[in-house]
Amino acid sequence: MSNTDTTQPVLELRSVSKTYTVKQGMFGKPKPLKAINDVSISLKRGEVLGLVGESGCGKSTLAKILLGLEEPTKGEVRVDGEVIGATDRRTLARRIQPIFQDPYSSLNPRKSIEDIISLPLRVHSIGDSNTQDKAVREILDIVGLPQRVMRTYPSQMSGGQRQRVAIARALIMKPEIVICDEPTSALDVSVQSQILNLLNDLRAEFNLTYLFISHDLAVVEHLATRVAVMYLGRIVEESSVGGLFDTSGHPYTQALLKSVLTPEAGKGVPDTELGMEYPNPIAPPSGCHFHPRCPMAMTHCATVPPRPVPTPEGHVECHLFDTENGHDTGTPLMREGV
Amino acid sequence: MNSPLLRVKDLTIDIPVGGGTLNAVRGIDFDLNRGETLCIVGESGSGKSLTSLALMGLLGGRIKRTASQMEFDGIDLTKANSKTMRALRGDRMAMIFQEPMTSLNPAFTIGNQLMEALLLHRNVGKEAARARAIELLEKVGITAAESRLSQYPHQLSGGLRQRVMIAMALMCEPELIIADEPTTALDVTIQAQILRLLVDLGREMNMAMILITHDLGVVARVADKVAVMYAGELVETGSADQVFNAPMHPYTRGLLRCIPQPGKTERGARLGTIPGIVPNLVGGVTGCPFRTRCDHAVAACRNAIPHRKPAENHRFRCVHETGHQTAETVV
Repeated sequence: MSNTDTTQPVLELRSVSKTYTVKQGMFGKPKPLKAINDVSISLKRGEVLGLVGESGCGKSTLAKILLGLEEPTKGEVRVDGEVIGATDRRTLARRIQPIFQDPYSSLNPRKSIEDIISLPLRVHSIGDSNTQDKAVREILDIVGLPQRVMRTYPSQMSGGQRQRVAIARALIMKPEIVICDEPTSALDVSVQSQILNLLNDLRAEFNLTYLFISHDLAVVEHLATRVAVMYLGRIVEESSVGGLFDTSGHPYTQALLKSVLTPEAGKGVPDTELGMEYPNPIAPPSGCHFHPRCPMAMTHCATVPPRPVPTPEGHVECHLFDTENGHDTGTPLMREGV
Repeated sequence: MNSPLLRVKDLTIDIPVGGGTLNAVRGIDFDLNRGETLCIVGESGSGKSLTSLALMGLLGGRIKRTASQMEFDGIDLTKANSKTMRALRGDRMAMIFQEPMTSLNPAFTIGNQLMEALLLHRNVGKEAARARAIELLEKVGITAAESRLSQYPHQLSGGLRQRVMIAMALMCEPELIIADEPTTALDVTIQAQILRLLVDLGREMNMAMILITHDLGVVARVADKVAVMYAGELVETGSADQVFNAPMHPYTRGLLRCIPQPGKTERGARLGTIPGIVPNLVGGVTGCPFRTRCDHAVAACRNAIPHRKPAENHRFRCVHETGHQTAETVV
């Protein structure tokens, strides 16, 4: 972690796309599914990028690409300016580590906690058994687990303790970037707050950069410094956390924010006005992918794909904000069920 | 005032385990009127799902259920035999489960499963049952309802499956619906739609609803009555307004401090935590189950805990009359 240059992005995606070919039925023709469609992100050291969107929007595919588990079909991912894919998996694993959603299925039930946490060190042949043992003890201390758990097994631990083990395993390699994929959604609220506090403390202490994937917008608002909203493989809005939560632009972002159930008695359940279900990613709607569900849709939204429009702190992809495209010529489009 | 639709007094559930008896639910009381929504909120292992299964008579044979009173519209559920319970379930009381993929039968069509309860409980023909199924699918917002009847569960998305579950529960116009985490597996946008649907239909049909959830946001927006459950006991009950705006029990206050509240919690600030873990409920639980994690615990917490009534319909259990020993520093 010698790099102290704060202007250089620690993580950068340049026009990354990932297309899968999906067979439809037994005799159906294979069709392309654009899981990630021309996505560019740049993250500086110490930032937390919250990635939000409904299931099927491509959040987890993006995480897999960053971990080197999937290769992008197009575009490149750079870590500290170096293109991954050119670097091998081992080098990448030292820089980027994951924390997964379910601490029950992501820890090997037949290995002791010590084995689980020290495995990355052994895989990378870092130090001898003495220094590895010392490293495990240190990291247990950091994540707030007592030393005695070293000899225990995952089945003897609570959900919160298991997630601490998963965090310890991710951090023992001293990575720069941690990909957190729904790290608290399997946990009870009282445990969730402990893990969120821990992630926040660790970031400050080790100057970590997080990609924080979550469907819980209240949690994202709390932890993230930047937020990207994904819809059908595209990042439709990206901004600082303040920019997005205080003055969001994209109608989809607004609908997501509206659907957050804050614990305020008597407010009732909000109407998201999203009408239809999430579209099938194999056959995405024409023009702006969001137009069939958009309460603000205009005629040309159905035909013309929107361009990214720069905003003070990021970008938004919506015809409403594209003045050069002349949204005043549009007339409201009728939606099904409204 | 009419007598309530459902009245539960001193409901206790014991589960025999290797080392003795697990006192999973201990002496809970609540009433529910027609058209009312009760939210039972608690963390995993608090006994909230067991409570709902106990009401439906769906506990396993080894699990012991006792209550001094458990009445559904004048029917004594503690004495009801399996025949009476079968006649009630799916007809006058219905249940919606969390995971629609595992609670729908993958080998039968949607239509088949929708019509089953009606054909079983009511003297109607297949045509009438089919018409009712289409009517309800439309009511829960499913387009092309008729063509859905011949589809299988795997052909539907998660949101659609949960709507089918709701339609299925409504087939016989039940008076009581128990929904166990009905929206936990869904996206936030779909969650809001499904909850709205449940609330609107409940109002329209004057149904009573028990909603079991761990999500405080859902509780605040949906509940008429809230029951906070901790380690097998109801530690606080009241209206949504009372529980969220004037929480009395230290556990309720602790939970509310644990969640980031947009607009209230400062971004990136430390969240409140509840230290420690849930106590072991095997073998005689005495005193307050929360005392090992409570900032306000005193020696008296080991003894019997009094019921307090700070306002009409607002109750909590704590040795401290105000729920505090000393003033709390607000985080």
